Amino acid sequence: MALLGSTILFSCGNQNGEGSSSGALNSSNAEKVYVAPGEQDEFYAFMSGGYSGNLTVYGLPSGRMFKEIPVFSQFPTSGYGYSEETKPMLETSFGFVPWDDSHHPDISQTNGELDGRWIFINGNNTPRIARIDLQTFETAEIIEVPNSAGNHSSSFITENTEYVVAGTRFSVPVPQRDMPINEYKGNFKGALSFISVDPDSGHMAIKFQILMPGFNYDLSHPGRGKSHGWFFFTTYNTEEANSLLEVNASQNDKDFIAAINWKKIEEYVNNGGGTKMPANYAHNVYSDETHSATSTMVKEVLTVDPTKIPGAVYFLPTPKSPHGCDVDPSGEYIIGNGKLSADLTVHSFDKMIAAIEGKKFDGEAYGIPILKFEDVLAGTVKSGGLGPLHTEFDGKGNAYTTFFISSEVVKWKLGTWEVIDRKPTFYSVGHLMIPGGNSRKPFGKYVVAMNKITKDRYLPTGPEMEHSAQLYDITGDKMELIYDFPTHGEPHYAAGIPAELIAPKSKKIYRLADNKNEYATLTPADARVVRDGKDVHIYMSTIRSHFTPDNIEGVKVGDKVYFHITNHEQDFDVPHGFAMIGQNTSELLVMPGQTKTSIWEPKKVGVWPFYCTDFCSALHQEMQGYVRVSPADSNLELSWSLGD
Amino acid sequence: MKKASILMIVGPLFLLGLYFFPLWNIMLGAPQYPEPLGMNIYIDGIKGFNEFDIQNIDGLNHYIGMKTIPKPEEMWEFGMFPIVIGAMVFLGVLIGILGFINKISYKWFLGWFILMSILGVLGMYDFNAWMVDYGTNLDPHAIMKMANPDGTPMSYKPPLLGNAKMLNFDVASWPRTGAYMMFVGMMLTLIAFYLGWQQRKSTFQEVKMKSQK
Repeated sequence: MALLGSTILFSCGNQNGEGSSSGALNSSNAEKVYVAPGEQDEFYAFMSGGYSGNLTVYGLPSGRMFKEIPVFSQFPTSGYGYSEETKPMLETSFGFVPWDDSHHPDISQTNGELDGRWIFINGNNTPRIARIDLQTFETAEIIEVPNSAGNHSSSFITENTEYVVAGTRFSVPVPQRDMPINEYKGNFKGALSFISVDPDSGHMAIKFQILMPGFNYDLSHPGRGKSHGWFFFTTYNTEEANSLLEVNASQNDKDFIAAINWKKIEEYVNNGGGTKMPANYAHNVYSDETHSATSTMVKEVLTVDPTKIPGAVYFLPTPKSPHGCDVDPSGEYIIGNGKLSADLTVHSFDKMIAAIEGKKFDGEAYGIPILKFEDVLAGTVKSGGLGPLHTEFDGKGNAYTTFFISSEVVKWKLGTWEVIDRKPTFYSVGHLMIPGGNSRKPFGKYVVAMNKITKDRYLPTGPEMEHSAQLYDITGDKMELIYDFPTHGEPHYAAGIPAELIAPKSKKIYRLADNKNEYATLTPADARVVRDGKDVHIYMSTIRSHFTPDNIEGVKVGDKVYFHITNHEQDFDVPHGFAMIGQNTSELLVMPGQTKTSIWEPKKVGVWPFYCTDFCSALHQEMQGYVRVSPADSNLELSWSLGD
Repeated sequence: MKKASILMIVGPLFLLGLYFFPLWNIMLGAPQYPEPLGMNIYIDGIKGFNEFDIQNIDGLNHYIGMKTIPKPEEMWEFGMFPIVIGAMVFLGVLIGILGFINKISYKWFLGWFILMSILGVLGMYDFNAWMVDYGTNLDPHAIMKMANPDGTPMSYKPPLLGNAKMLNFDVASWPRTGAYMMFVGMMLTLIAFYLGWQQRKSTFQEVKMKSQK
């Protein structure tokens, strides 16, 4: 009895102690981001890799990285861009381009809400748009964008994924030609490309390109709800400077947000409008059935002169080289984040329509009507911050804007423009992301700030560090910084989505029976080696824990050996790897049911081993084989075997 | 007798469930198989609980030298069982109909039940014998040769009924829908017998009472 009494006393005392401890706030923050072992995150966050050229997948709130999806860059980890099947994905009109600068992921939508079928991302340097399948988490398609340069105001999608839109940052001569750089003004063009997305297959095709005046088209977002059918692009360098832009493109007091009525232009081109222009751009499509990509060069693009379509394009004056262009969930407010200003400019869609109907123009630029600033302005957010870049929305009437220079996130109210809260970021935040935060239906639980500068946030790793992200809880009135985590590459933007919209559809294996790869080995009995002149094709299968065949003779110096590896596993998370000594390429990582091909050009006589690079089973270390390489003039016939 | 006969007709029809639903199920879970592998045993063959489970169980079993899970054509039972069940359904329904038109006595109901029970026990015996062979008759060249603490080779016979631990796997072996339907059907025939017997008794008493008057 006495023991019982003291236990109660003790536990009471303990609880009191916890309640009054100064660590209480921190420990409740820890609970908010703690995803216990074996439990799963609430959201997926897809972060662009920036100069990694790829897309990384994280969980929120844990900040754990799940996968790096290779998109525009060769990826030796899986063999993407190295295997014969995936090399065509990186073909362009400039030849094989094994890298890009990936920027703005955007998840497909239906009725303005995330549907989790695909995610699109732009390659900024060699203009390309990629579509990633969210069942396989693999890049399914890449289309090059002609007449574009610095594909930055991309890859944003309309609210039923009718189009993925790609705008050019650099204006360039269209078509490209040899001309003096300083004749830029009035001669260069800015192409805004509307790429249609097939609602079933997701396949992309450039429907039309709008050839706009030679400004820099920085960022964009679609109208939604009542403004569905419009697209908004921020511009800078309306000065059309071609040198020392940091000064010369910062002279105008106001640049523009270009409002594009794409429905009107779509109707125009559907009725035969527009000019077909010779072009040359790559369209690369990957198939889950053949496990192979094809690259096709497209020779023509439909261009549109916006001045030929009355009512298609208007300019909304917006102060000071606006960067981010964001549209609130209702579709009413279009936010210009005036990078070189302290203020945010918010335009009203209704006012814009009224001004257009009232024909209240303030002149024109290259034939495109300019609306009066005062007529379209809904309000100005005077935040006191510096360098506003991007805005996202929580679906509860609030907006969150990043300020690069003053290094903070500011929460403000739509309609009243009052600042509700501000929290520092560490350091110099670029983009921010709320899951669904640029759709009709945001999931306003967290905001992730993606910072450009890391400095002392983590243990130092020499001069080069990963970028830093911060997670804020935004369920309360005030934002609460709850977590800090490093991100891979340089995330420019991210797209988040509730896990339940994607996780149940995620593929576990590829069905071997459905494998249509030309070089697949569907049963071990089909494993063989075939010589075709100097080319030797090895049809090889893998299953725990052996290659079939694993002894091959009759290969000669100077041959080109193709290893066509088919993984016969039909079990979740059992890939097999393949690597050959001295091979001038990467390994292969072959998923269950998949076929991948790797080339080896043996240079030395001898007996050379290969092995499985993925620890597949208890007998992984036994999963190996040999190829005998004979002199170029040898008469040894090809032979192959397993287990004799 | 009418009510009893109707039950006797309905009861055997429940056995038809065996053509559509598994009789038995064996699930194998392990740390690296959070979603367990499993096999459903039907009267005409063994199928994976998920599409590729049989292939994956065979893949694991090859390490310890177990034979692959038999295909329908590899075991005569899978050809015979559907015929036996079909014959028993036919027989049971026939007995019920004959009972209904008072051609035969309710005692036939019990006869069917006993015959079905004997066949059931034989089936279980046969199934268990196969599992013993499957779990102990191992390839002498097996990759892993596991032994019990006393030095005897480890056997991998799954339990006929219940749970067991086998190396890293937790094995659970339980009847499934087909078996439950068979059980219900057989119970109905037993009830049919009981009703028939009771009615017979009361009819007998009535007759006795009438004769006393």
